[in-house]
Amino acid sequence: MASTTTPPRRKPPSRASVAVNYPLDWLEERSGLVGGTKYFLFRKVPGDINWMQTLGSATLTAFLIQLLTGVILAMYYKPDPNSAYASIVHITNDVTLGWLVRGMHKWGASMFIILMFLHMGRVFLFGAYKYPRELNWIVGALLIPIGLFEGFTGYLLPWDQTAYWATVVGININGTAPFLGPFIAQFLQGGAEIGPDTLSRFYSLHMLLLPGAIIGLIVLHLYLVVRLGVSSPPWSKDAAGMERPDDVQRGNGRAGLTRPTRRGGDV
Amino acid sequence: MEGSRPVDPHGPEHRPHVPSPSLWPVGFAIGVAILLTGLIVGWWIVLLGAIIAVLFGFLWIRDIGADARAAPEPELVQGAGGGPVVPGEGAAMPVMSDEEIERFPRSKFLEASTLGVGAIIGGLVTVPALGFAVLPAFTGAEDHNIDVGGVGDFPEGDWRIVTFLQNPDEGEVSRRTTFIRYNGELEGQPSFTIIANNCAHLGCPVQPSGPVADEEKKEERINGQVITRIPAQPAAFACPCHGGAYDLEGNRTAGPPVRALDRFAFAIDGDRLVLTSRYSVGTVEGEGKDAVITKYGQVPPGVHVDGPEQFLYPIEPPK
Repeated sequence: MASTTTPPRRKPPSRASVAVNYPLDWLEERSGLVGGTKYFLFRKVPGDINWMQTLGSATLTAFLIQLLTGVILAMYYKPDPNSAYASIVHITNDVTLGWLVRGMHKWGASMFIILMFLHMGRVFLFGAYKYPRELNWIVGALLIPIGLFEGFTGYLLPWDQTAYWATVVGININGTAPFLGPFIAQFLQGGAEIGPDTLSRFYSLHMLLLPGAIIGLIVLHLYLVVRLGVSSPPWSKDAAGMERPDDVQRGNGRAGLTRPTRRGGDV
Repeated sequence: MEGSRPVDPHGPEHRPHVPSPSLWPVGFAIGVAILLTGLIVGWWIVLLGAIIAVLFGFLWIRDIGADARAAPEPELVQGAGGGPVVPGEGAAMPVMSDEEIERFPRSKFLEASTLGVGAIIGGLVTVPALGFAVLPAFTGAEDHNIDVGGVGDFPEGDWRIVTFLQNPDEGEVSRRTTFIRYNGELEGQPSFTIIANNCAHLGCPVQPSGPVADEEKKEERINGQVITRIPAQPAAFACPCHGGAYDLEGNRTAGPPVRALDRFAFAIDGDRLVLTSRYSVGTVEGEGKDAVITKYGQVPPGVHVDGPEQFLYPIEPPK
């Protein structure tokens, strides 16, 4: 079909549509954010996509909940050995809805870890880690230990007996690693023995360094998902990883890719 | 296929949608200013400012809306945004051959010096910051001499569970627990067995297996800190975490620990018992004052000090 130069005749837009579209168009013209958001959200996916393929989004949601509740908890928590436990008690018993936010953060942490592993299992069983998505598997494999480390550092913060001794054991497990173990243990506890520096160090790691690393890797993870598209389930007739002759004819020679058409002619 | 090509809004036929000039925003701004003044002066000024702001805001929005209704409906980009495409960009930029680049080594020098200066600035910031994060963990540890009571507070052959602050400046977080037994005199000097309660497996608190007389707990204030002494009659020591078991000399008898329990060196200052430094122990031969202790520098729990595995930990971190 030849390209049409004259736009189709339309009725003048209603007030409501102007009220909605004008700010969006304004934003789009100056930033491209509307188109970018649409490109990110309204991607083409395989027709026989499976519910299991929502586990990644579920993990992301769990992480966002951790982010939000963590920011709120940090408003009331005091990372000091003499007041940490008292501030946790204060959050749980005195602050309005503090019990709820703390509970969400505590249970959400387990949820995040569990969902991460389920998501990894889905990717493994669907073979979605194969070409061309190997790099995304690697990024995910980095996210898991960082997520576990996030759990480890967060576990100390209530500063009760369970937290203290679990951290002693955790640090000393690191300490038994050959050659570098004692150095790692001493770095983690911020000195020769566990002390006030250990708590503030874990707090800083837990709320600044590790979340930052996780956010950066999630951005990379999502970039690759958007770029490479979602893979078909293994039972799909358009099985991922198969090189189909008519695909190559259409110029879509990359195995297993479902790429949305970009700027015409790219397919 | 050609028909599905989206129109690039930044293409040559594109006209930017600039609203026509309007005075209404000035009135809106005056209204907001009056409103803010009213917050200090009085509520009726707030009301006046709010009315002006809403009125002129409405007129302004109507103005913009009229513009938008008159203009042709703008096309939305379906792509990921992307930078403006300058027509003929590819053709306008001549591709330099290697020889042409060779003629201008200044650009290479500038590139290299920019990267180099950037690296130096980055290093000047990063190295001290990393050092600040890492080095304090490996420097500045000091042994504190802890007076835990008079020699007379420890009857011969009896155990006392003694707690003290390893570093009083840090507060209760540095409270440590030891099991102390007075062994009588050895060559005219008092002899003590002083065992640290951290399991040699992973550092959990080892417990005495036997009666503990909590009701006979004694607290004594020495050198600005509280020392507690509780009589106990252990038959052995055992760890609640993973089942490590020790005899009364701290030798491992069962479970996962890799060495004997750590001990404290001590000094007798007049008639006071003073703990000096902590050390790790391989094994203990003999009992009480006749014990022969294989002594090593303090290492973390779980680290082997003897046997073939000791070569897994060749370098001791500085403290």
